[in-house]
Amino acid sequence: MRRILGVLIASAMLASGAAKAAELEVVHWWTSGGEAAAVNEFAKAFDAAGHKWVDGAIAGGGGTNAIPAVVSRLLGGDPMGATQFNHGRQTEDLIKEGLFLDLTELSEKEGWRDFVFPSSLLDACTYDGKLYCVPVNIHSWQWIWLSNPAFAKAGIPVPSNWDEFVASAPKLRAAGVAPLAVGSQAWQSTGMITEVLAVAIAGPDNWSKVNVDKDASVAAGPAYAKVFEAAANARELAADIAVTDWNLATAAVITGKAAGQIMGDWAQGEFAVAEQTAGKDYSCLPGLGVNPVLSLGGDAFYFPKNKDADVTAAQLELASLMISKEVQVNFNLKKGSLPIRGDVDLSAANDCMKKGLGLLADGQILPGGNMALSRDTIGQIEDLMVQFWNDSSMSAASAQKAYASIIASAD
Amino acid sequence: MLFRNLSSKVASIPMAVTALVIFIGCSAWTVVYSFTGSRLLPKTRWVGFDQYDRLWDTTRWIVSIENLAIYGGCMLVLSLALGFTMAALLDQRIRFENTFRTIFLYPYALSFVVTGLTWQWMLNPTFGLQKVVRDMGYVDFTFAPLTDGDFAIYGVLLAGLWQGTGLVMVIMLAGLRGIDEDIWKAARVDGIPKWKTYLVIVLPMMRGAIITALVLVATSIIKVFDLIVAQTQGGPGLATEVPAKYVMDMMFRNQNLGQGFAASTMMLLFVMIILVPWTLYEFRERRRG
Repeated sequence: MRRILGVLIASAMLASGAAKAAELEVVHWWTSGGEAAAVNEFAKAFDAAGHKWVDGAIAGGGGTNAIPAVVSRLLGGDPMGATQFNHGRQTEDLIKEGLFLDLTELSEKEGWRDFVFPSSLLDACTYDGKLYCVPVNIHSWQWIWLSNPAFAKAGIPVPSNWDEFVASAPKLRAAGVAPLAVGSQAWQSTGMITEVLAVAIAGPDNWSKVNVDKDASVAAGPAYAKVFEAAANARELAADIAVTDWNLATAAVITGKAAGQIMGDWAQGEFAVAEQTAGKDYSCLPGLGVNPVLSLGGDAFYFPKNKDADVTAAQLELASLMISKEVQVNFNLKKGSLPIRGDVDLSAANDCMKKGLGLLADGQILPGGNMALSRDTIGQIEDLMVQFWNDSSMSAASAQKAYASIIASAD
Repeated sequence: MLFRNLSSKVASIPMAVTALVIFIGCSAWTVVYSFTGSRLLPKTRWVGFDQYDRLWDTTRWIVSIENLAIYGGCMLVLSLALGFTMAALLDQRIRFENTFRTIFLYPYALSFVVTGLTWQWMLNPTFGLQKVVRDMGYVDFTFAPLTDGDFAIYGVLLAGLWQGTGLVMVIMLAGLRGIDEDIWKAARVDGIPKWKTYLVIVLPMMRGAIITALVLVATSIIKVFDLIVAQTQGGPGLATEVPAKYVMDMMFRNQNLGQGFAASTMMLLFVMIILVPWTLYEFRERRRG
């Protein structure tokens, strides 16, 4: 009898313990192979803490589909447990409406300011002195990924900068390899031109003047004229291969059908899933080998305010897990991104990640375009770039003129 | 007066309220907020006509209007002409009329999303129509409108016609069947050729059917959005952008509600410009009649 009573009490205690465990629906747009493997690291860690991770993935690169869905759910009073956003100004208005959980207390208790590196990532999460998000990784746009076998096939060495790459195009074509693979979605050509080619060719100073100071005279000036000429050149180089999604363009580089892709370091996750080795199967050039500088893009998680106290507790627990050492390492190795803490051991990182970590440690960094420009301005630039990229009759000069006028009216 | 047909008046109250609050109320709200600098959330920060200035300065909006004009003009003329021709052919007391009618009307049962995806595949040069014809031996055959910015909107038009013509045909056929048999007999006695009877005598008598078809086709043109999203996503470049997509993208991608409201107010204005004179004209006709 006593034993039965003991079991009953034990199970009652278990039940009350289980009531504390909460289900959190986490919305993100990480759906490619490498990304899914990375987000699974979060899910595993959260489930191991006794909660339940409910995956709310919404496909669409750059959050083009996810962000509108998240915003309408938040405004409609149907908050999810947590949601991804990019570092930057995407959430300004939502924070002003008081829709997100204030993480200031947790961050002070755990001393986030002391180990988050570079600390400007936390500034991007801060509004009116309060902290609203957890940065989870650093992604930078400024990379070109090159297929070593493709260059071997053409009988030429792997180029070490953009000019050499452009010069190698005729030989690549003669060997039946498409020089450049670019997906047709607007954000891809936009990022390639305004983040990568601009930083590499016009230089970080000019880039900052245009994107941070919104100086239209620089955008209309000679340095940017070279950027748009290079973009017109890239448009021609990319004509051989037609794909939509960025990871399909990466796949073309992995299989050697295309020689190169200009894409952020999230492409590295795809190389990892395909079990390719940096330096042997593929090469990477930060800043196109011209200006090795990284912009601080990347992802952060926000936690919408919730009425249920158990859910709020679980949200704080997830926030603290996401930023913890072990999870940071596991997640970022899978994702191909750089961790947001300066104090973790990344000896398992590959060549390309080490190049990135080196640049980060040297302070060769720029704010990301998402931080500098509003979503409205980015949308206008995307419309312009997609037009320029698809209409070969649009000249570099007229694209530059339109770009400068968008920068002039940017807020 | 007020209490005559009381029950029917009571019954129509919900619809009247819906019309007033939802249609007129929300439209008015949108127009008012199109004069604000609203971003992600509606805010009353008045900016005058700034949103409209920017709208008519935006290449993408101008391209969208041009596309809508091309798509709309062609769609209106072709779907009515094809629909009437098909109805007239079906009217010849042919065999298997039911079967043909079902086949022609069937596409209308599909949503625009399905239509758009299907035609995206059909027009895909690597595994669509072009490949089929090339495999038959015509190796130089080229038909890939969706990849060419100058013709992409006609690729969309093709899908729109395929989907919408069946409905026009059925309405026209019903109109044709409503024509008195004696008219045909009289025309035959007078020795008027059959095609001329259709064009000069029967067509003007089908006013009701034609107006019904016209209104249905015109509304489907103005609100075309899902077809574009499914078939081309507005591409290549800006080649198949339409105003409705501009509104959606401004409101949700650019997080600029004010701009989206200004664009939708312009769309409302287009509809009013066409609809108001026509309604007034119809109203006067009826009074006279």
